[in-house]
Amino acid sequence: MRALWQRFTLIGRLSLLALLVLFLVALLAPMIAPHDPTETNLHLRLAQSPGYPLGCDQDGQCLFSRLVYGTRLTLLIGFLARGLALLVGVGIGLAAGFWGGWIDWLLMRVVDVFLAFPSLLLAIAISMVLGQGVATVILAIAVVGWAETARIVRGAALEIRGAEFVMAARALGASDLRIMLTHILPNCLPLITVIFAMGMATAILSEASLSFLGLGVDLSQPTWGSMVSLGRDYLIPHPRLSLYPGLCIGLVVILFNVLGDELRDLLDPGRKGQMT
Amino acid sequence: MLEYTIRRLFGTVPVLLGILFIAFVVLYLIPGDPAKTLAGPRASEETIQRIAKDMGLDQPLHERFLRYLGRVLRGDLGMSMVNDRPVMTSILEKFPYTLRLALLALVISVVTGLLAGTLSALLQRTIWDRLITMLSVAGISVPIFLTGLILLYVFAVQLRWFPTSAFGAKTMFMALFLPALTLGIRSGAFLARITRSTMIEVFNEDYIRTARAKGLSPFRILWRHALFNALIPIVTVVALDLSSFLSGSVIVETIFELPGLGRFAMEAISKRDYPVIQGVVLFSAVVFVGINLLVDLLYAYLNPRVRDEMLQARGNS
Repeated sequence: MRALWQRFTLIGRLSLLALLVLFLVALLAPMIAPHDPTETNLHLRLAQSPGYPLGCDQDGQCLFSRLVYGTRLTLLIGFLARGLALLVGVGIGLAAGFWGGWIDWLLMRVVDVFLAFPSLLLAIAISMVLGQGVATVILAIAVVGWAETARIVRGAALEIRGAEFVMAARALGASDLRIMLTHILPNCLPLITVIFAMGMATAILSEASLSFLGLGVDLSQPTWGSMVSLGRDYLIPHPRLSLYPGLCIGLVVILFNVLGDELRDLLDPGRKGQMT
Repeated sequence: MLEYTIRRLFGTVPVLLGILFIAFVVLYLIPGDPAKTLAGPRASEETIQRIAKDMGLDQPLHERFLRYLGRVLRGDLGMSMVNDRPVMTSILEKFPYTLRLALLALVISVVTGLLAGTLSALLQRTIWDRLITMLSVAGISVPIFLTGLILLYVFAVQLRWFPTSAFGAKTMFMALFLPALTLGIRSGAFLARITRSTMIEVFNEDYIRTARAKGLSPFRILWRHALFNALIPIVTVVALDLSSFLSGSVIVETIFELPGLGRFAMEAISKRDYPVIQGVVLFSAVVFVGINLLVDLLYAYLNPRVRDEMLQARGNS
């Protein structure tokens, strides 16, 4: 871990630190936010007032507090959605790459089908079927995201399958499952780490897009995407209502993208400079 | 080439079937009884039953799927629940807007992406390279609705160079420019990254050294040798972008009030007009498969090695 830290460039270290700070903000939201994010004060609609660092929004809620609390849901949804997509994607990718043959053919056709759907529309359709809620958003993003992971992991598994240590393990009588979990999976881990970091960026963008269209978690809970959406009607003359949460999303996504780039260059030098 | 084309065409059949199945299942899973919804709140039990029978809802699932398949193959995507128009007619009506938007966005993305990426690769490790890289990371990270809202605020609201809504535009170009720019910035940034890394890889190839040693002009090397060989990953990205633009950019069309496919889908979603949503999703997925097919055929045509590899791989398995 320490060796990895030392191999990061300055920008990589900064983005990792910034992400850690954001996690702390999410954890300590009640201590940082000066107000309850859902507390409305109609006298302060769209007003600037002492004690409200960024002023108030259209419902007289403290904009800064909402941003702070928004960190929670944004990161939580991103992590869980990404984790779920990764679990399914890695499982299917390993199975397809390791066994090959008709299993590979079938699984990859399923992957093709999922990749063919426009991701946002598919997520929208899923959230319609399941109804609004945090779990729905997580599931919708995971369903959209697992296929890409499966395809990449399958490629890696396919390469590793032919390696000598895999043949050796097989000669020793190791079961398929054992070879997959103890020989192939660990060798895919660097790649999986990279996919995870990059995927966090996409997941957060998807959540924001769904919330922006009013199809995310219900609007009483602050997420950055829904804040941009609600602020849209007050763009003139209060662009800040949409701008600040929008910038927060951009910032987190940049941080995850930079981290992903950095990890890829370090962990997976073969792909240096390529997109994962 | 013919054998490859036929094989590739047949290869899309299972994927298309899968797409149809999922589009069908999503509608099937939606809570609530569609016959009841269609009949209205005050309909009698008898009416609901009759409508259910008319819609074939009393049949088993696999039969309904086969029937759905048959309808779709005849180009019938069902009727809108809101205005009783065939979904296909509406899609074909909205598609031209989305198509024009997609093409304009693609031009913006390809021009900026290729230029920025090539410059970045040529000026590797200079301050310009760093700047372009930073801008492109920012470009792919900023959510599309933020870019859209900022462009709308600055150029339409403050400077009044463009209309705030497509309905108020004097010409088609004026209506399309800001939304196309919004889409183009994002995919251009992505393309710049791909172009940069591919170009750097290509610059290290032997044939570039040979071309240099032959004394070819740098411009000719860049144009004829480097760019041409970097084309495959670039074309892949461009094709992906095109199909995502064509599926109707829900967010951009909503922000700029463009009457295209994306906005159509969004309206259908807010009115819970399920056949329309299903139709648009299906249409987009089929467009995606079609574009992918074309790109693959293009590769095989441009690069015989790709085609031979695939035919060989199929022969072995």
